[in-house]
Amino acid sequence: MTEESNKKRRSSRAWLWLLVIPLVATLYPPFYSFVKPTFYGIPFFYWYQFLWVIIAAILTGIVYYATREKV
Amino acid sequence: MNWTALSVFIVLFALVTVMGFIAARWRRGDLTELNEWGLGGRRFGAIVTWFLLGGDLYTAYTFIAVPALMFGSGALGFYAVPYTIIEYPLAFLFLPRLWSVARQHGYITASDFIEGRYDSKLLSLAVALTGILATMPYIALQLVGMKAVIGAMGLSGDWPLVIAFLILAFYTYTSGLRAPAMIAFVKDILIYVVIFVVVIALPIKLGGFGHIFHAAGIALSTHHPKGSLVLPKPAFMPYATLALGSAVALFLYPHAVTGALSANSRQTVKRNMAFLPIYSFMLGIVALLGIAALAAGVHTKVTSNVVPLLFLKEFPSWFSGVAFAAIAIGALVPAAIMSIAASNLFTRNIYKAYFVKNPSPQHESRVAKLFSLLVKLGALYFVIGIPTQYAINLQLLGGIWILQTVPAIVLGLYTRWFDRYALLIGWAVGMYYGTSMAVANGFKSSIYAIHFGHLTIAAYAGLTAGVVNLVIAFVLTVVFRALRFHQGKDATVQEDYKVEVV
Repeated sequence: MTEESNKKRRSSRAWLWLLVIPLVATLYPPFYSFVKPTFYGIPFFYWYQFLWVIIAAILTGIVYYATREKV
Repeated sequence: MNWTALSVFIVLFALVTVMGFIAARWRRGDLTELNEWGLGGRRFGAIVTWFLLGGDLYTAYTFIAVPALMFGSGALGFYAVPYTIIEYPLAFLFLPRLWSVARQHGYITASDFIEGRYDSKLLSLAVALTGILATMPYIALQLVGMKAVIGAMGLSGDWPLVIAFLILAFYTYTSGLRAPAMIAFVKDILIYVVIFVVVIALPIKLGGFGHIFHAAGIALSTHHPKGSLVLPKPAFMPYATLALGSAVALFLYPHAVTGALSANSRQTVKRNMAFLPIYSFMLGIVALLGIAALAAGVHTKVTSNVVPLLFLKEFPSWFSGVAFAAIAIGALVPAAIMSIAASNLFTRNIYKAYFVKNPSPQHESRVAKLFSLLVKLGALYFVIGIPTQYAINLQLLGGIWILQTVPAIVLGLYTRWFDRYALLIGWAVGMYYGTSMAVANGFKSSIYAIHFGHLTIAAYAGLTAGVVNLVIAFVLTVVFRALRFHQGKDATVQEDYKVEVV
C-alpha cells in the first residue's frame, strides 16, 4: 500500500467520528426531557427526538459518501 | 363481527399468500441450496434490502407493543426512538465488516464467522444456541400481534391464527428468503399509507397535538404507577441504557444478520444504514398512537388491544381493515425471516457441526427447510398452548441474551486478541447474570437496580450483564494469554473484512 492511499484511508476514518454525535445527543435525557418549547403542541421531548432521527440519517449519509471507496 | 374490515383484510392477506408462493421464481436460483433458500443467493440490491430489513426489524409486535407501552407509562415507551436512532450509526461501523468476511468465506450465520475466526466449535455453538433461543419467543410474539388484530375484527378462537401460520410455513418452505423479501413490499407500502393517513387525520379528529398531549398527560397521571409525558429524573438512566443496549443487540439478532448478509454488496449494507431511519421516523409516529389512544379515551386492560381499538374507534371499518392487514402482514415478514435465520443456525452450526459432517448443499437445504417448519410449530404452540405472558417474558430475556454475544461477534470483527475460552466463560456468566436479574424482577421489567456502596444505578439488565461479560472476557484473556493457551487457527485475514465484491 502506498503512502498516498494510507493517508486517504486515515482521513476517511476521521469521518466516522460524525457517527458519535447522535449517540451523545440522544443518550443523555437531561438534554431534552422537557415539555417546553412545544412545536405545534408537541412537547420538546418528542419533537427533539424526531428531529434527531433526521439529523442522524443525514450524518450517516454524509459518512457514507465521504468514505465510499471507488469500486 | 366486523364484516367490512374482515373482507378488506382477507383480500389483502390472500394477495400476499399468492406472492409468497410466486416468490420462489423471483431472481430464480437453485432453491435446493442453502445459500439460495436461506440468503436469497446474496443478490438483493439496495431497494430490496431496504424493504426486507425494514419489514424485518419493525415487526407487528413493535406496532402493537410500543404504543401499548406509551399508553401504559408514557415517555418511557418512547425509548424505541433513540434506540432506532443510534442503531444505524453503530451498525454502520461493524455490519459492513461482517458482510465482507461472510461473503469472502461463504458464511451464512454469525456463528459460521465465530467458528472461522476463533477455530472454536464450542463458542460457535454458544452463539448459535443464544440466537435460536432468543428468536423462538420473538416469532411467537409476532403471532400475538396478529392475534390482537384478528380478535379486534370479531374472530374468536385460535383457528384463524393456525391457518395464517400454516400458509406462512408452507411458502417459507418452498420459497425461502425470497418470500418475505417480496411480501415486505406490500407490508411496507400498506404501513406507510396507513401512517400517512393517521398522521393527518388523527390530530384533526382529536383537536390538535396540543390537546392530544394535554389530555394524555392528565390520563397518565391517574395511572398506577403514575405515567408522565416527559421522563422523570429516575427514569433517565433506564431510558438511556434500554436504548443503547437494544441498539447494540439489534443487528446481532439472527434475523437481522440474515437480512444484512443477503445484500448484494458492502455498499448496499452501508447505504441502507442511511436510509433505514425513514422507518424510525414512522416508528415514532406509531409510538404516538399510544398517546393518541389516551386522548381518545380508549379503555382496555389488555394493552395489546390499544392500537386495534383506537382504529376501530376513530376510523371507518374498511380503513381499519387495511391497517389490520398491514399489521398482520407485518407479522408474516419477520416471522418468516426469523424462522429462516434460526434454521440457518441450526443447520450450519449444530447439525453440520455435530451430526452430519459433510452434508451436500441439497441435504443442508432440506434440513433447514424442515427445521423452519419445526420452529414455526414451536412458536404456534407457544401462543396457543401456554399463556402469552411467557412469550413476552422470554422475549425480554432474548434481548438480554443476544447482548451477551456482542463481545465475541462485534469485537471479533476488529481483533483476534480475545481468547476463545475467555469469551465463552464471559458469555456464560453474562447469560446467567442477565437471566437471574430478570427472574429477580419477576419479569416485570428489564430494568434492574445494582448497588455500589452508596451508589444505586438502575439500568437495563442486558447492558449490565454485558459489561460484566466483557470485563470477564478481558481479564481472563490476559490470564490465558499469560498461561500461553493455544489460540487456534484464524481462518480469516485482515483484508477479508474490507472486501467490496468478490
